[in-house]
Amino acid sequence: MKANAGRVTSAAWMTAVFVFLYLPIITLIVFSFNASPMVTNWGGLSLRWYQALAGDREMIDGFKLSLKIAFSTGCSSVIFGTLAAITLHRFKRFPGRTLFAGMVNSPLVMPEVIIGLSLLLMLVSMQRLFGFPERGFGTIWLGHTLLGMAYATVVVLSRLQEMSPSLEEAAQDLGARPLQVFFLVTLPMISQAIASAWLLTFTLSLDDVVISAFLNGPGSTTMPITIFSRARLGLSPSVNTVAALTVAVVSIGVFAASILMSRAEKRRAAEMAAAYRKAD
Amino acid sequence: MAAPALTATTRRASIHGSWGRAAVIGVPMAFLLVVFLLPFLVVFKISLSEMDTVFFKDILVWKDDALVLALKFGNYLSLTQDTLYFNAYLSSLQVAATTTLICLAIAYPFAYFMARSPADRRPALLMLVMLPFWTSFLLRVYAWKMLLADAGVLNNAAIALGLIAEPVKMMNTPFSLVLGMVYTYVPFMILPLYANLVKMDLRLLEAALDLGATPWQAFWRITVPLSKSGIIAGSMLVFIPCVGEFVIPELLGGPETLMIGHVLWDEFFSNNDWPMAASVAVVMVGLIIIPLALFNKYQAESTAGARA
Repeated sequence: MKANAGRVTSAAWMTAVFVFLYLPIITLIVFSFNASPMVTNWGGLSLRWYQALAGDREMIDGFKLSLKIAFSTGCSSVIFGTLAAITLHRFKRFPGRTLFAGMVNSPLVMPEVIIGLSLLLMLVSMQRLFGFPERGFGTIWLGHTLLGMAYATVVVLSRLQEMSPSLEEAAQDLGARPLQVFFLVTLPMISQAIASAWLLTFTLSLDDVVISAFLNGPGSTTMPITIFSRARLGLSPSVNTVAALTVAVVSIGVFAASILMSRAEKRRAAEMAAAYRKAD
Repeated sequence: MAAPALTATTRRASIHGSWGRAAVIGVPMAFLLVVFLLPFLVVFKISLSEMDTVFFKDILVWKDDALVLALKFGNYLSLTQDTLYFNAYLSSLQVAATTTLICLAIAYPFAYFMARSPADRRPALLMLVMLPFWTSFLLRVYAWKMLLADAGVLNNAAIALGLIAEPVKMMNTPFSLVLGMVYTYVPFMILPLYANLVKMDLRLLEAALDLGATPWQAFWRITVPLSKSGIIAGSMLVFIPCVGEFVIPELLGGPETLMIGHVLWDEFFSNNDWPMAASVAVVMVGLIIIPLALFNKYQAESTAGARA
């Protein structure tokens, strides 16, 4: 009787939280097919906002730029993040370790207005001294990489920590050089974490408003900046269609990625098991 | 540190060679120093300088054969004198604290139930919590505008169902602001709590129950204290970014709650007063420095402790 009540409470609580999390997403998608020009009044099914979006130059150009920045951010964040994760995992003692860890972790929680403002003021001071960099693609990428690196480090580090050190040690004992150990043993084992980190930082960059708003220059308006400025003015059906498309692409992407990853994980586990059997 | 651990470290270090090690540490370190730490020093410097017509003046100038250090504390003085700033800081802290408490109240039971659900169902639940992360945060906040507006989806639905006769004012109030914040940040509370609760040794609870504790007592005296680090991590992950949040108050907030992120934005983009914006940022960093240190300490512990 009591256990049953517990189960009911648990199910009810979890359902309520999931409704809370998904209600806005579902609303966005449903109303992107709305025929009525009044954004929140249902006027029947229609694809008119999708047609309007196809001719929306500002949004499309912004999207292209955002994709380029997100792609570069994913790559650079993963490289810096992996190095930082290896540093934190491997080297327990070196001068400045506390500072290093603090600098890696702080962007996770640091308000974006502070990151954006401080980076911009530094870049402007630099520009005054040396004449570069111009604000635009590169400066936005720099800011996004700082944020992305922090997330990538967390993802890769947690994988490194659950990994048994015995394989790397075995490779070392068998005479592999450090770089060989890294590329032949460590990297394949953390490759999934790197892939997830890439996807995560890609999406973070694709979504960022505040850092981009501080660091953009003339002619480098990203899609989120366009969306934000329209959303600030009020409800806009164009935003709904963008939302629905993003949700569709992301859901398919995440779903496919998770299937691929769980397959790779299974295959790897099977190979490991086979290897251990052979070793015995 | 124990002796065996030390020898292991030295062995690794010698194997890896000092060059490789220096490169692995040096590259991310240099990047962070230039892109993260240096900007803060620049901001601090600019917060003490004076605005020229279009640019800020240097604080060190060569004048009459003397190096003059001109520090302007006026920005900080006006921060203390003008109640606008004080109220903005205060309401930011209030909103952040309220959001953190509500997130904790929602997320703790959720994470607890999730951690105690059948093991084969947990990955799917975790995926459902993470999925909204992958869809644009900006668009999800915008969606609440549609839901909460006077002629919005929720009001329309309630009127159609006959629950209310007149639309209820929800948009641009403290309610919509905190709702948007809780909505955005609740997964950041759920994840560390879940990670903590799922690792908990359930035998401790069994022992408590065997020794005559009621389930409620066992929960408060065993489960909650053991999940302390998850509670701290989650709370900091919510509280700190909330203090400086800009997008959510901008889209969902009302005129009565002016938050400091907005003030900073306005000083910079509308008033073009860079030193003032820099001072606002410096004081904001001062406000979050203790929670930030707490967060970093927790992160360092979780990185060090996981291998033990």
